[in-house]
Amino acid sequence: MKLNLKIWRQAGPNAKGQMVDYKIDGVESDMSFLEMLDLLNEKLISKGDEPIAFDHDCREGICGMCSLYINGEAHGPDKLTTTCQLHMRRFNDGDTITIEPWRANAFPVIKDLIVDRSALDRIQQAGGYISVNTSGRTVDANNIPIPKKNADMAFDAATCIGCGACVATCKNASAMLFVSAKVAQFALLPQGRVEAAKRVQDMIAVMDAEGFGSCTNTGACEVECPKGISLTNIAILNKEFLLAQVK
Amino acid sequence: MTFLKTSVAKKVAMALSGLFLVLFILVHLAINLTLIYPGKEAFDAAVEFMGTNPLIQIMQPVLALGFIFHISMGIYLEWNNRSKRSVKYVNNNPKVASSWASRNMIWTGLFVLLFLIIHLLNYFVPFKTQEVSDHYVLVTGLFKSPVYTLIYVLAFISLGIHLSHGFQSAFQSLGTPRQKCHKFIVYSGNLFAFLVALGFSAIAIYFYFN
Amino acid sequence: MSTINIKEGIPLKAKIPQGDLAKKWTTYKNKIRLVSPANKRKLDIIVIGTGLAGASAAASLAELGYNVKAFAFQDSPRRAHSIAAQGGINASKNYQNDGDSDWRLFYDTIKGGDYRGREANTYRLAEVSGSIIDQAVMQGVPFAREYGGLLDNRSFGGVLVSRTFYAKGQTGQQLLLGAYSALNRQIARGKVEMYNRHEMIDLVVIDGHARGIIARNLITGELERHSAHAVVIASGGYSNVYFLSTNAMGSNATAAWRAHRKGAYFANPAFVQIHPTCIPRSSEHQSKLTLMSESLRNDGRIWVPKKLEDAQAIREGKLKPTDIPEEDRDYYLERRYPAFGNLVPRDVASRAAKERCDAGYGVNKTGEAVYLDFATAIERYGKEQAHLKGIKNPSKEVIRELGEKVIEEKYGNLFQMYEKIVDDNPYKTPMMIYPANHYTMGGLWVDYDLQSNLPGLFVIGEANFSDHGANRLGASALMQGLADGYFVLPYTIGDYLADYIREGKIPTDTPEFDEAEEKVAEEINFFINNEGKFSVDYFHKKLGKIMWDKVGLSRNAQGLQEAIKEIQELRAQFWKDVRVPGKANDYNPELEKAGYVADYLELGELLALDALNRNESCGGHFREEYQTPDGEALRDDEHYAYVAAWEYPAKPYERYTKHVNMSDEILHKEPLVFEFVKPTTRSYK
Repeated sequence: MKLNLKIWRQAGPNAKGQMVDYKIDGVESDMSFLEMLDLLNEKLISKGDEPIAFDHDCREGICGMCSLYINGEAHGPDKLTTTCQLHMRRFNDGDTITIEPWRANAFPVIKDLIVDRSALDRIQQAGGYISVNTSGRTVDANNIPIPKKNADMAFDAATCIGCGACVATCKNASAMLFVSAKVAQFALLPQGRVEAAKRVQDMIAVMDAEGFGSCTNTGACEVECPKGISLTNIAILNKEFLLAQVK
Repeated sequence: MTFLKTSVAKKVAMALSGLFLVLFILVHLAINLTLIYPGKEAFDAAVEFMGTNPLIQIMQPVLALGFIFHISMGIYLEWNNRSKRSVKYVNNNPKVASSWASRNMIWTGLFVLLFLIIHLLNYFVPFKTQEVSDHYVLVTGLFKSPVYTLIYVLAFISLGIHLSHGFQSAFQSLGTPRQKCHKFIVYSGNLFAFLVALGFSAIAIYFYFN
Repeated sequence: MSTINIKEGIPLKAKIPQGDLAKKWTTYKNKIRLVSPANKRKLDIIVIGTGLAGASAAASLAELGYNVKAFAFQDSPRRAHSIAAQGGINASKNYQNDGDSDWRLFYDTIKGGDYRGREANTYRLAEVSGSIIDQAVMQGVPFAREYGGLLDNRSFGGVLVSRTFYAKGQTGQQLLLGAYSALNRQIARGKVEMYNRHEMIDLVVIDGHARGIIARNLITGELERHSAHAVVIASGGYSNVYFLSTNAMGSNATAAWRAHRKGAYFANPAFVQIHPTCIPRSSEHQSKLTLMSESLRNDGRIWVPKKLEDAQAIREGKLKPTDIPEEDRDYYLERRYPAFGNLVPRDVASRAAKERCDAGYGVNKTGEAVYLDFATAIERYGKEQAHLKGIKNPSKEVIRELGEKVIEEKYGNLFQMYEKIVDDNPYKTPMMIYPANHYTMGGLWVDYDLQSNLPGLFVIGEANFSDHGANRLGASALMQGLADGYFVLPYTIGDYLADYIREGKIPTDTPEFDEAEEKVAEEINFFINNEGKFSVDYFHKKLGKIMWDKVGLSRNAQGLQEAIKEIQELRAQFWKDVRVPGKANDYNPELEKAGYVADYLELGELLALDALNRNESCGGHFREEYQTPDGEALRDDEHYAYVAAWEYPAKPYERYTKHVNMSDEILHKEPLVFEFVKPTTRSYK
């Protein structure tokens, strides 16, 4: 199939960017979206042009490296799908596709479609852990029974891949879904309760300082999240935050 | 005020002030309904009660503060949130992921505010500053104006839309257990929003035609 | 037989402690030297890679008090490819009371590796496996649980017990995020300095000791010097030498290979694992292959049609798999290996699939696919659920529905991923699978301390060669990565560092750093200025094809010799004709790839050489000349019970000025001594 692509090009963090039009031919329906970009890049290189920079790594939907705002949606039109798992059979011959980087002040553009998401790491560093040293002599794993329901909910929260789609799609560029996933995972487990109050406050403080917006519960993050992280986690974060105030 | 430093706390405050205003709307709607049934006498009695009951007099400034807080915080948050994305998307398609109501709280809210100002000028100011001989006549008289009635109806539709998101959003911000209560909250929130929009509008339209 | 003359160097010693197998590690730990907390603060360690091994090591070393610098080429340590591991992690907890023990985990692993692993290392791995689970649970890793609140287990290939802990099909993700959280805690404490989007492109060796690295900032293109008292390489394996593999696009062998060029021996490169259950390749443009977890073989049955004409009709689209009646299906694993059935080890399952497809029974357009069918399991689970729910005489539809629900619960995300890629519903029609490169058992040679022959250079996780012999069992990679990082390296590295507490900070303005940076910059400038005709991927794809065709699932002397020659030619062409767009001092992924492929073009040749040298079949290394009459691998313990560790045949930077043939690499043998188990013919029948 033939496609018309409108792609954001920006030479560097401080350069002025713009949308550039490309035409591409020979796209096959069983290519992934990133393989389509590979094909475009291969053509650009053979013409002596600079290829389009985009983040990607595992290409199986788990590393969270790929991003892209495709036709006005984070990770494109498919639900529960990362860009690397989006396939070209989703598009038709002659379609025009716009491709933009994540937009948020907390995610400055590095080059073309690549943004700096290190703010998410810094939030995790503020408290996204249980303070336990490596010893191998903690209690036996089965000494702490955890109700299956809680374990499953903690797991569902923990499947966040940190791609930033929630921020990209939120009208406020809020990182609440991302932060709440980690807060909820630990809040649901007895091991994590010990530091729960400190964790939620510390992580929120850094989230605010990093320049993310606040949550207005539009729910767009949950819909666009490629892993289906639930708004339940945000409710849990809110509850944990309130509990932390009375402690 | 240190509590209000974080974004989450601000949202909690928005939720609490919003729910407080919800209570006020409920009371206001109940009083207004007396215009139609039982009618003038009941309405006058209600107005008398609202004008003299000491508890209500204490609550009036609290209510005013609630309004001022909810509105100014809402505007601040909207302004602040907008500043978090300086470069906008060329192509954005938010409607696939969120409701119109949730994305436009500021506009529905501001429209209600606009109405609130008109309403205060038309009714509350005369009520407080001069001797109103007949509240029933004052209120129902206003609905003889088609422009006023139209603004009135649109304002309450706006409020209904505002509440359809605001109601459930408030509970989410307060951390109610979503898995257990979400459906119920959404359902009752939507019902409430619908009844508010319908109730107020119906009264206005009723008096416009009668 | 082989026309290539292999030069032999001096044999290697692995520093394995004496004494009873089960007591070696404890006794050893009690004897090695310790570094006081005050002195740890004076010692710097560089860790390359932040996967399970790297992140766990960096966190643990920082907890101990060392100053750690950690490097990841991704934008966050959380993205390392360990994250993609699906099925689970083994541990000899024996929670299922099915007779498991440290000994059995050790034995299964050494046997699964076809007796080409080191006894002492493998036993230590089994010994610390339980601690990994304890540690991970304390970190908040949400493993799957039963209704009683205790941990659940499942089975994996090559074993007869249930010892695999899992978190749906995302165990690697959960364990990596656990290690990442431990790492974050140390970053917050300031004990780990994290360098994201940085890549190690050279090892700096001073007086024979690893003393630092040259790193490239991938955003600015700037070259940086980092010194340390020890360098830990945890950069993963080299499956991407095959171009298509289940590894991430960025997974590369450059850190390991550059260390090799600086003198570290590379061991058993021919031992690569080709995973039996991957989604078959579909088109020329395919950039990578996707794994379907081995856990699927718990419930899926693998088959091809019995009749050639049926297979042909399926390939042409005239028949659907569901049209083939039961009696015309060949469940070839169950037929050939009744004891282990569909749960034979990976190498065995992969070869069996290739054997059927080569014989003409393949079931997709390319003829390279077999079925993985869940119909039987769906029916079994459906009936069980109907019984549990008290449904009397359930209809077929009800059974199917209930059964599909159970399958969804267990493998939902995998089925969803398959459907996205293949556009076919695996609940209704059987999945198609085919073997693909997945893991490399070979890697930099290390001794019992996980230290390479270069003092101060430690190698952990998939990047080293040590624990899996010629074939790794499922759910053991996560175990090894975390065992090395959490529980082995933090002890053994202290024994080395104890000598350097008076050393002070290592300067980076020495001639060794100067030379390394200069040479690395030269190579980068060469790529940028070379006005070649072909992109890097052009060469990578060509190399991949040679590797897959001639150094892949099965190998023979002639093919290997051809491969060596073809790779040499391709390499010469690469240095002449490669084109790299962009600038040196900018974000330039093509330049990164050029470096990777330059290394693959050498590593690929060494891989073929190692395969040619090893005149036997064992584990993942199958030489067609050495097989039993019924097609099973034929080992030669008399001549090949050794680790083949290769030494780079030239000076580190000579490749820029002359052709260096990897066939000139020098072979150092480390004899494998089996004191506690007797190597037998592996049988899964």
